[in-house]
Amino acid sequence: MSIHQELDLAHMQAAFAAPVRDAQTCFRALLEGLARPGRIQRLADIPVPPAGLGAAQSAILLALADRDTPVWLPPVVRSAAAGAYLRFYCGCPLATRLADATFVVVSTLAGLPALYDLSLGDPEFPDRSATLLVEVASFDSGASLRLRGPGIADEAELRVADWSESATALVQENRRRVPLGVDIVLTCGDRLVGLPRTVHLTAEGMACM
Amino acid sequence: MYVAVKGGERAIAQSHVLLADARRGDAAVPELSIAQIRGQMRLAVARVMSEGALYDEDLAALAIKQAAGDLIEAIFLLRAYRTTLPRLADSEPIDTSRMRLSRRISAAFKDLPGGQILGPTYDYTQRLLDFSLMDESAEIGTADSGPSPNPVETTVAPRVTDLLDRQGLLESEACPAGDPPPPDLTREPLLFPVDRTARLQNLARGDEGFLLALGYSTQRGYSTTHPFAGEIRFGTVPVEVFVEELGFAVEIGEVELTECQLITGFEGGSEEAPRFTRGYGLSFGHSERKAMAMALVDRALRARELGEDTEQPANNEEFMLSHSDNVEASGFVQHLKLPHYVDFQTNLELLRRLREEWEANHGNTAAPAEPPAVPATMEAA
Amino acid sequence: MNATTAPVQAGYNFAYLDEHTKRMIRRALLKAVAIPGYQVPFGSREMPLPYGWGTGGIQVTAALIGPDDVLKVIDQGADDTTNAVNIRSFFAKVAGVATTTRTTEATLIQTRHRIPETPLAEGQILVFQVPIPEPLRWLEPRETETRTMHALREYGLMHVKLYEDIVRHGRIATTYDYPVIVNDHYLMRPSPIPKFDNPKLHRNPALMLFGAGREKRVYAVPPYTDVRSLDFDDHPFAVERWEEPCALCASTEAYLDEIILDDKGGRMFVCSDTEYCAVRQEAGHKGAMAP
Repeated sequence: MSIHQELDLAHMQAAFAAPVRDAQTCFRALLEGLARPGRIQRLADIPVPPAGLGAAQSAILLALADRDTPVWLPPVVRSAAAGAYLRFYCGCPLATRLADATFVVVSTLAGLPALYDLSLGDPEFPDRSATLLVEVASFDSGASLRLRGPGIADEAELRVADWSESATALVQENRRRVPLGVDIVLTCGDRLVGLPRTVHLTAEGMACM
Repeated sequence: MYVAVKGGERAIAQSHVLLADARRGDAAVPELSIAQIRGQMRLAVARVMSEGALYDEDLAALAIKQAAGDLIEAIFLLRAYRTTLPRLADSEPIDTSRMRLSRRISAAFKDLPGGQILGPTYDYTQRLLDFSLMDESAEIGTADSGPSPNPVETTVAPRVTDLLDRQGLLESEACPAGDPPPPDLTREPLLFPVDRTARLQNLARGDEGFLLALGYSTQRGYSTTHPFAGEIRFGTVPVEVFVEELGFAVEIGEVELTECQLITGFEGGSEEAPRFTRGYGLSFGHSERKAMAMALVDRALRARELGEDTEQPANNEEFMLSHSDNVEASGFVQHLKLPHYVDFQTNLELLRRLREEWEANHGNTAAPAEPPAVPATMEAA
Repeated sequence: MNATTAPVQAGYNFAYLDEHTKRMIRRALLKAVAIPGYQVPFGSREMPLPYGWGTGGIQVTAALIGPDDVLKVIDQGADDTTNAVNIRSFFAKVAGVATTTRTTEATLIQTRHRIPETPLAEGQILVFQVPIPEPLRWLEPRETETRTMHALREYGLMHVKLYEDIVRHGRIATTYDYPVIVNDHYLMRPSPIPKFDNPKLHRNPALMLFGAGREKRVYAVPPYTDVRSLDFDDHPFAVERWEEPCALCASTEAYLDEIILDDKGGRMFVCSDTEYCAVRQEAGHKGAMAP
């Protein structure tokens, strides 16, 4: 069965208005995000995302996903408009196993998968590892995270709503596995923050979330 | 007063003008046409298509013209163009047993189904310069050229290796389980160790001279293979693309190919019965030297797989595959023309210091004195 | 601003590479940034410039560049060497971007063999052209072996090599492409910059990306990342210094090129970074042989 028979093209939402340029600006924001962990980047002029994806999540996938990059979506998102949208615009396979995915979409911090279910690369090819796109509720409230490591002059501070101890544990365990590991991009609407595997993270104020 | 050299931009523009002039040569001599190059320099066109990894005779001819006959430059031009082309579809695997043969020889059997077809070859030409070719007014067919060739019958014949295969004497090459898609070296980096499909892609694009020399080395004892030319065939093969909407494959055209299958012995072991093994070569157009050299090298590179000695250069996969590409090699060798003032300066400075120390230690006052060392270098952390 | 723009070449995609290729390089660059100093293999394309002449840097720049960028290209520190001119005009042609010679105006700087003297800032990206990315290549030519050595951080061979230098010459004889350890893990070749430039790699505010086209690798040093030049306690890393200032701008801080003036031993030393030198001269600094 071909893809086209499944797609409802009449109701397909628009993707990038200027694909070459928009992909480039999204990539540069993401590059800057991963090169400067903790610093919030805003993606300008990005399309309204399909149901189930945040605007930045959707734009990052439009910019970087293709037939070479299996994308894992949470089951409810996969069966919604987002699955068809990504297959149509990116031509990316939708992974059914987390370990197969190049990009892993996570809709809420509570839905973070276990680190060892993800592709962490191998010692000779640590680049063959997943990138997580994790939608969060807010960068303006919630736990205060302190970040150190490459890309940070001294220390960076970031607030993330609904941050949890298990999220801290995942980032810290990820750091211990360097050079193996996943790279995390927190997204919130049209904004993003990079947490590459090299970041040292400590959380404060968990009580006053 | 000193003024630094400037004007790189103007120099480059001027160089382009001079190059165009040099390429064109004497304006009193008619310009070469693409059709002439394509029609009368078909072997050059074949090499450029093979190593340029693009089957397009007109573009290969254009590249040869633009490169003033420098085939490696022409290959580079074609490769640089090739990378900009969209990939619309993947063809079905071509089937060389369906080849319409222009030439087919086997050195292993005197006669065989389909027969030996000598076809167009320089093999038995005696290599005497044919001065009649200098007379460009001679029209085709006006000269007394002896017996006219028989009208070409299009022959299709089974491959020699298929005949041996049926008797179980030759290793069989079954499609791997699941028929995985082959890697694509034009899209993915070559990572070692590589499988045979990636290796053959590398060799197919590889420099004919490099493969020839290293293939030759295996015949002179720098490897342990003793091959027979099982079959060399040249002809046209249809190319088909599977169309999903139709549910079947459609022929989109034909390509000329040269295929070489070398047969070598293999002693076998406790696990395996003795049998013949093969080395494989395939190239675009008519290019037997390339296909044969490729087959020699392919077989030599199977040493590890077959448990043979891997001591010699031609058995060394990383060495062979990392240095086979003439576009890479030509670029890197010639990059030495680029300025290296900065690195050279660091070496110059170090050398002067080492010399001073050496002379001080050896009390060598006879050596010509260096001019006062400006810069006398201090080291600071 | 002395930035200039040109129309985009018809018949080619913006910045020459097709979008599929750009995505592949971009994904490799993101992983490179996340794993500082690690060489990420990528599907390097054939470019319309020869291998060895900057195809890696060009592909990285092509994957990065957008219409708002301002590009500077240098070779040996100079904007006007033929290869720098050629690469700059290539991008002016295929991307229509503004180009500049001013280090401070550039958002993207592609370089061969130097890091500019003018300190870089956040928001700038320096793209290095890399001939041989593997620091262990001369010690162990097999890729399969060096890959394992990186995985195990087994860098003893390199220390032995440097130590042999000291035994033979009384000092480490590597003067350019001097090996560094990035973020306390990967051994990295900084490309053939003079070791004079190595300290600029350490905790630089700019992002530094490295592209090796023929060898099909990209790697990165993120901003503010520790980059340590290999050395020994009793032979600490040291850089070249000149007693004489630049003959044109009188700088005592810059890396100097030697210029031979005649066949009687006459020579002078001038900044290899031509833009830095010109800016200083415009500001009134005059060396002994300034015009």
